[in-house]
Amino acid sequence: MRNPKQHNVLPGFGLTFGFTTAYISLLVLIPLSLLMVRAASLTWAEFIKTVASPQVVASYKLTMGASFLAAVINAIFGFIVAWSLVRYKFPCRRLIDAIVDLPFAMPTAVSGIALTAICAKNGWVGSVASIAGIKIAYTQLGVLVALTFIGLPFVVRTLQPALEDIDKELEEAAESLGATKFQTFTRVILPSLMPSLATGFTLAFARAIGEYGSVVFISGNLAYKTEITPLLIVAKLEAFDYAGATAISVVLLFMSFILMFIINSLQFYGRKFK
Amino acid sequence: MSVEVRNITKKFGSFVALENINLTAPDGDLVALLGPSGSGKTTLLRIIAGLESFESVSGADILFRGVSVVGDRLSERRVGFVFQHYALFRRHTVYGNIAFGLKVRRGKERLSSRAIRERVMKLIHLVQLDGLELRYPDQLSGGQRQRVALARALAIEPQFLLLDEPFGALDSRVRQNLRRWLRRMHDEIKLTSIFVTHDQEEALELADRIVVMNKGRVEQEGTPTEVFHNPKNEFVMDFLGNVNLFHGRIESGRVFLEQSGIIANVDDRKRFFVRPHEIELVPDNIDNAGLPAKIKRVQLAGAIVKVELTSIENNEIFVEMSHEKYAVHKFQNGDSVFVVPKNSIVFPEDYSI
Repeated sequence: MRNPKQHNVLPGFGLTFGFTTAYISLLVLIPLSLLMVRAASLTWAEFIKTVASPQVVASYKLTMGASFLAAVINAIFGFIVAWSLVRYKFPCRRLIDAIVDLPFAMPTAVSGIALTAICAKNGWVGSVASIAGIKIAYTQLGVLVALTFIGLPFVVRTLQPALEDIDKELEEAAESLGATKFQTFTRVILPSLMPSLATGFTLAFARAIGEYGSVVFISGNLAYKTEITPLLIVAKLEAFDYAGATAISVVLLFMSFILMFIINSLQFYGRKFK
Repeated sequence: MSVEVRNITKKFGSFVALENINLTAPDGDLVALLGPSGSGKTTLLRIIAGLESFESVSGADILFRGVSVVGDRLSERRVGFVFQHYALFRRHTVYGNIAFGLKVRRGKERLSSRAIRERVMKLIHLVQLDGLELRYPDQLSGGQRQRVALARALAIEPQFLLLDEPFGALDSRVRQNLRRWLRRMHDEIKLTSIFVTHDQEEALELADRIVVMNKGRVEQEGTPTEVFHNPKNEFVMDFLGNVNLFHGRIESGRVFLEQSGIIANVDDRKRFFVRPHEIELVPDNIDNAGLPAKIKRVQLAGAIVKVELTSIENNEIFVEMSHEKYAVHKFQNGDSVFVVPKNSIVFPEDYSI
C-alpha cells in the first residue's frame, strides 16, 4: 500500500498537485459541470422522460453492450497481436507495428465509410458473410465491428511495453520448476500483464462508449435496434433540444464513470502488492 | 559420479564460449565453477540445467547419475536452479513462490494441498523465513529473496542444485552470513550442488571442489587445498589470490632474485610466483638472497598485517604477516628492507599474467 507520508519526500508535490487540479478542472471538470447545469434546466419529470424513454434505453444497452464486447474482443486479440509483435521476429514486423496505430490516426468518419463499404452485402467481407447468412452492415454486429476497430490500438500499445519488460529468467525459472509452457503462461506471464491488460481494456471500452463517427455509417441507425447513444445525442442537438441532449449525455457519462471506477478499483486491488 | 559433462562446446556466432569441457561433480559435493567474467562458467551452468543448447559434436553429452539427459526437456530434468537475480514471481507470495513447483505438478505426481503446505512450511523454516510466508518479493531484503529462491528450487526435491552467482547481488556482510549458512545447509541435506562464482574467497571457503575456468576452458580442477597450493599454471595461481611476481635464476639449488644491475643470463631467467604470506621482510640482506625494497604502506587494521612495498625497479610487492611477526621489526613507512621469498612456484609455460 502506498503510504501518503512518502509524498513528502518528493519535492514539488504542492506545485504538481495544484497544476493537476487546475488542468483537470479546466479541461475536464468545468466543461462537464456546464453539462450538468444545462441538464438541470429540465424538471425532474422531464429529465426522466428524456433519459428513460424506450428508444434511449435501447441505445444505452447497445452502446454499453457493444462497447464492452468490443473491449473484450480487443483484449483477447490485441493481446495476441502485442504478443506476436514483441516476442517474435518476422518479416514486416515493423510495418505491422505501424499499421496498429492507423485506427488512432484515421478520421473516424473515414473508418466508418471504409468499414461500411467492405461489410455491406456487396463488399469484400460482407459478401462472404452473407453466404453464411450473416449480415454485418446495418446490424448490431456492424456496431461491434466499428467499435472493435477503433479500440484495438489501446490494448496493443498498453501491452507492448509490459510484454517487453518480462524477464526471460522468469519463464526459465517456471520451467525449471516443472511448469509446462501453458502453466508458465497462465501462472507467471499473464498475472504480471494483468494491470496493463486492464488499462488497455478500460481505454478501449471508454473510447467505444463515446465513439460516434465510425459507427453511424455502418449501423444504419435503426431506432431501437442499431442506434447508439451518442447518435441520439447528436440527433437531439440537431433538433436544437440542447437540454435533452445534455440530459442523455449526463446519464451516459455517469454510467461510464461508474464502470471505469469499478474497473480501476479492481485493478487497484490487484496491484496492492506489487 | 553424479553430474558428468563430456566434450561440451558452445559457440555464440563465431565466439567460442566453451571449448571441449569435461567435468564431473561427485555425489554430495558442493562444486564451485570459478572464473573471471566471460570465462563461460554461467553458460556451462545453464547448459547443465538445460537452459542453453550446446554444439552437437561427437561425444558431447551431459549425464545425471550416469544417464544422458540431453533429450530431456527443461521441466523434466528436476534440477533446482537459483538465478543470479533470483527471478522470483512478483505476483506470488513467498509461500506461492516456494509452492510453485509443487502446484504445477499433474497426475499422480501431484501432492495433496496438505502435503504441499507441510513441505512448503518446512522449507520456509529451513531457510529461516518463518512468519514471512505471506510477504511479496518486493517486501523482502536481498538476502531474504535469495533464500526464497533457494527454497523454491529445493521444493521440487531436485536431483541437483545449480546456483548462478548466488551471492553476487548481496552486500558483503549478508554474503558472508549466507555463505556459511549455505555450507551448513549443504552439509545437512547433502545435495550435489554446483555454483558459479567469480570470488575466489567464496569458492575456497564454500566448495568441496573447485573448477577454475578461463576463456571457455577448464584450467584446473581439484579440492580448494589442491588448487590453492598446487596451482597448475600462472592463471590459476593469480586468480586464487594475490600473488607477487619476481624474476630471477636458480643456481645450485638456490634462488637468486634479479635486482637492478645484476641481470641474469636470459636463458636462466625464471619467473617466480610468491604468495604475500610466503614472503619475509628482513632489515639486513643475509646470504644475498633478498631483494631491496621500500615500504610504502603498512595496514595494521585487521587479523593480519598487510604491507605494501616498491622494489628498486618500481614493482609493487604485497606482503602479509601475523601481528607477532610484525612486532619483531616494526617496520614503518619509508623503511628500506629486504624481501625474502620463503616459497615460490615456477611454471614451465611462460605467458604473462
